[in-house]
Amino acid sequence: MGLPFAKKDKISVAWVTFACSEDSSILFLELLNQHFFEWIKKLEFRHCRMLKEKGNSLDDIDVAFIEGAIATEEDAKKAKMIRENAKLVVSVGACACTGMPSAQRNVFDEKTKEEIRLVIERFGHMEKVHPIKDIIKVDYEVPGCPMDEKIFLETLERCFKEFGVK
Amino acid sequence: MHKEGDFEIKVDSLSKIEGHADLEVKVKNRKVEYAHLKISESKRFFTQAVRGKSALNVAQVVSRICGTCSIAHLLCCIEAVENASGIIPSDQTMVLRNLTMDGLMIRDHAMHLYLFCLPDVMNADSILEIAENDRELVEKAFEVKSAGNELSKIIAGRAVHPPYPIVGGFSRVPPNDEARKIAHLLKDARDHALEFADIFRDAMPLFERKTHFVALKNQNYEFIGGELCSSEGYCISRKNFLEHLNRVVKPYSQATGFEFEGREYMVGALARMNLNREALHPDTKRDLSSMLAYFPSNNIYMNNLAQAIEIVNCIDHAIEKLETSDFKKEQISLPKLAAGEGVGVIEAPRGTLYYNLKINNGGLIDYINLVIPTAQNMVNMEKDMEKIVQDNLDVGRSKERIRVELERIIRAYDPCMSCATHFLKVRWIEEGSRKRT
Repeated sequence: MGLPFAKKDKISVAWVTFACSEDSSILFLELLNQHFFEWIKKLEFRHCRMLKEKGNSLDDIDVAFIEGAIATEEDAKKAKMIRENAKLVVSVGACACTGMPSAQRNVFDEKTKEEIRLVIERFGHMEKVHPIKDIIKVDYEVPGCPMDEKIFLETLERCFKEFGVK
Repeated sequence: MHKEGDFEIKVDSLSKIEGHADLEVKVKNRKVEYAHLKISESKRFFTQAVRGKSALNVAQVVSRICGTCSIAHLLCCIEAVENASGIIPSDQTMVLRNLTMDGLMIRDHAMHLYLFCLPDVMNADSILEIAENDRELVEKAFEVKSAGNELSKIIAGRAVHPPYPIVGGFSRVPPNDEARKIAHLLKDARDHALEFADIFRDAMPLFERKTHFVALKNQNYEFIGGELCSSEGYCISRKNFLEHLNRVVKPYSQATGFEFEGREYMVGALARMNLNREALHPDTKRDLSSMLAYFPSNNIYMNNLAQAIEIVNCIDHAIEKLETSDFKKEQISLPKLAAGEGVGVIEAPRGTLYYNLKINNGGLIDYINLVIPTAQNMVNMEKDMEKIVQDNLDVGRSKERIRVELERIIRAYDPCMSCATHFLKVRWIEEGSRKRT
């Protein structure tokens, strides 16, 4: 059986965050302590603003890791653009997978909703905060707050396999 | 119509910082009109969401405000709950909390210095680029960062949102052999941390503007406990901190700013080093005495050298505690919550973090207020941005060069945008009119 995608030596990845605490980003940076030299052979960080300033691009991404929930129309638009440009999309962490806790305002009572209304209107927030899968098709999910390390490593391994990266 | 000497600089999404922020600068007739730091992180409304939740687990919820300094939010909120209920933690608990903070500082400062700032220092774009030329240096960076991570794991259960620290104590006490093992790891990392301190000392750009500094001051350069002191030479009780602050609303940003005693000020490693360096660990003082001579300093870039020194200090502090403590299992009973108001104050990696909360008769949260470090630095950051633009304009530097200088100075503060979008009340006042909170 052939590979789902054309075979590659290195896959291009993007790490993008929306509304969240970026705890999975931090955990990813901690995983680099052990995996940095192995991963730079297999991954090209095409878009990763926490690591580099120049040349960040969301064009032609093999795997997009998305952390955080979608809270604004602008974020939703960006998520759709990422989906169009990425072969695989992975939701990372609780906010991306379930919306929570970033989506806690969805269940506020009327009085509390009124209290935050000015901010919601001023910054163009959506009526509700959404997990990534509400907005675009997601291929894999890495749940946890922060993301489950083991599931993340397994998911990355799966991505390597799908592109024939050894 | 644009004349020569009029222009705008816009930077969408700063890189190598924690969270989302944009810069906007306007220049007219070669004079700065304004320099704005716009925090574009979406609010997540934690202070509203925790009302009516149990005071026993509220700290685990608010620690989700921030991925990078979740430990500081967790411990500060626990302190406020204990303060409200009159719960006094054991001496062993305080040792473990201080060790938890050491782990956080080592890991978090190492992330900021080695991954975000080192490329600036070495004229590279990223750690990826540095790795191509100097693999050994990058290995050392990850070794120090990893030692902090392992310390947090053993003491607190995890580096991010750790499970062991709870109201009243720790749900797990580390076995002594595990503690000793981590001391070894830290000893191995110490030489590297010293080497990085040298690198940063030799590469600090100069940028001075007279400002004020505020930090917790105590006997052992710890991040928990002590009084809040100002570089003006006086200290205030932690309980009264809020009374000394003015909130400054920035209508273009999702975050708010603060002034202390009506003036801009800075919190963070530089403030701590300026105010409390006498209390550093004796081993740190011995090995870094030449660097300590740079403080007190008004040069904001020295914040990075102060962070490099703090990494060594936390390693020394932790080694001593891990080697000399005899940790014993403690009986943790469910603490009895009393109704009341409480305050927690902690030195987070980026500066003073303040929690103030009220617990009602049912043991539930009535309200929580918090003041976070990046919000306190906001006014100071913008004044520095204005000066750096003007200084560079005066010597005829290009727009592109000014943009680079702006990004560097913002990064020197180590701002945290996830945190910054939490403030006292959701209310908008036009800039200029200030409300005393």
